[in-house]
Amino acid sequence: MNPEAWRQRCGIFLLACAVVLLAGGCASAPTNPDDPLERYNRAMFSFNEGADRLVIRPAARIYDAVTPAPVQTGIGNFFSNLGDLWIGLNNVLQGKIADGLSDWGRFAVNSTIGLAGVLDVASGMNLPKHDEDFGQTLAVWGVAEGPYLVVPLFGPRTLRDAAALPLDLRGDNVLSIDHVPTRNSMTVVRLAHFRSRLLGLERTLDEGSLDKYVFARDFYLQQRRYRVHDGHPPALQYEDFDAEEAAPPAREIEQERAVQ
Amino acid sequence: MSEIKRLLRIGMMLLALCALPATAQEEPDRLVRELTNEVLDILRKDEGLRNGKAQVVADRVEKVVSPHFNFRRMTMLAVGRDWRQATPEQQGRLIDAFYRMLVRTYSNALTQYRDQTVEFRPSRMESGDTNVRVQTEIRQSGAQPIAVDYVLEKTEAGWKIFDVVVAGVSLVTNYRGSFAQEIRVGGIEGLIRALEAREREFSASGQG
Repeated sequence: MNPEAWRQRCGIFLLACAVVLLAGGCASAPTNPDDPLERYNRAMFSFNEGADRLVIRPAARIYDAVTPAPVQTGIGNFFSNLGDLWIGLNNVLQGKIADGLSDWGRFAVNSTIGLAGVLDVASGMNLPKHDEDFGQTLAVWGVAEGPYLVVPLFGPRTLRDAAALPLDLRGDNVLSIDHVPTRNSMTVVRLAHFRSRLLGLERTLDEGSLDKYVFARDFYLQQRRYRVHDGHPPALQYEDFDAEEAAPPAREIEQERAVQ
Repeated sequence: MSEIKRLLRIGMMLLALCALPATAQEEPDRLVRELTNEVLDILRKDEGLRNGKAQVVADRVEKVVSPHFNFRRMTMLAVGRDWRQATPEQQGRLIDAFYRMLVRTYSNALTQYRDQTVEFRPSRMESGDTNVRVQTEIRQSGAQPIAVDYVLEKTEAGWKIFDVVVAGVSLVTNYRGSFAQEIRVGGIEGLIRALEAREREFSASGQG
């Protein structure tokens, strides 16, 4: 079958699944304010886990086994370089002109001296890698994140970032390549590469949580907010629930100092 | 008499000069740096990681690291407001169960170590602060550095770490959602049972 038609069919099927599950999700009364669509999200989360177990993780394992480490680094750099133009544009759209120019400078340097992006020479030239996407740009423009949403195959998002996803996919160049076999093989290699970075972590997620779904959700939301704020989110407040029973710690420390 | 007083005063001043920068300013930085280097040392030297004897390595790391954490505070932050409802006996069991869960999770994560290096950034800290955040960065070739912050507080037993924030995610408060869910269903007792059941599940599968 023509891959374009196949992709469309897949899309329609997944959309249909989503609508059905969404309708089911609305009927329940979820408890987390960030996650009103919990019923649908849980269903999609296990669908994604299934897809990961059956297809994506095995592909990543094979990739990891047959590709020598330096080659993997080169592949990672190559895709990272393709993304820099889009990252730069988003920086500009967010008003961070200098960062945007730096990203485009990275692209220019790495695409040439860095042998089509395989080597990341720019990082050593004071042109650091940034992390931006259109979802973050929307956030800077004042769009609220909306409810948490697990997107088929792409995983955790907020509604805002899910809406930005089609543009982000277009923007990173790989999906805009016209030559279909090139585009498809690059998509597969990229997926395998980025999944292989996370091999082994699924065990940590399995063993380190009571409820994998909740753990992944809260992890994603915290991390997303951190990235939207360019690594400077509002500081976490740490409560002290022992404070009532114990003497206030501040006074003890003052006493200690007085003794010195 | 005044001679003794004067000597004492000079002595005190000297003491203050030496002690203040070391204890009040640099102590958390130094602690995190030494701890990180010690763990990296274990990971680099030990071949166990690569020969499948990860458990031995994890035990060594645990021994080095755990005295410097305040597990009571960590458990309290993971449990949230409901901590106050727990009896001292329940609090003890919660601390125990959560501790074992953290150890299990992070001994696993240690096996992910490859050739990363750690950079330290000096923390901004006022001399009276009892809470401080020490920032580090894990560098690895071919990827963006990952920010790892350690949040410490001054206790009677010295500075103790009570949270680790990796790429903006607080590893302690990230448990709150799932813990709150267990508490809503089965109360504090339900949460303890869930944690202990999880523990049995993995110690059984580990031996089998």
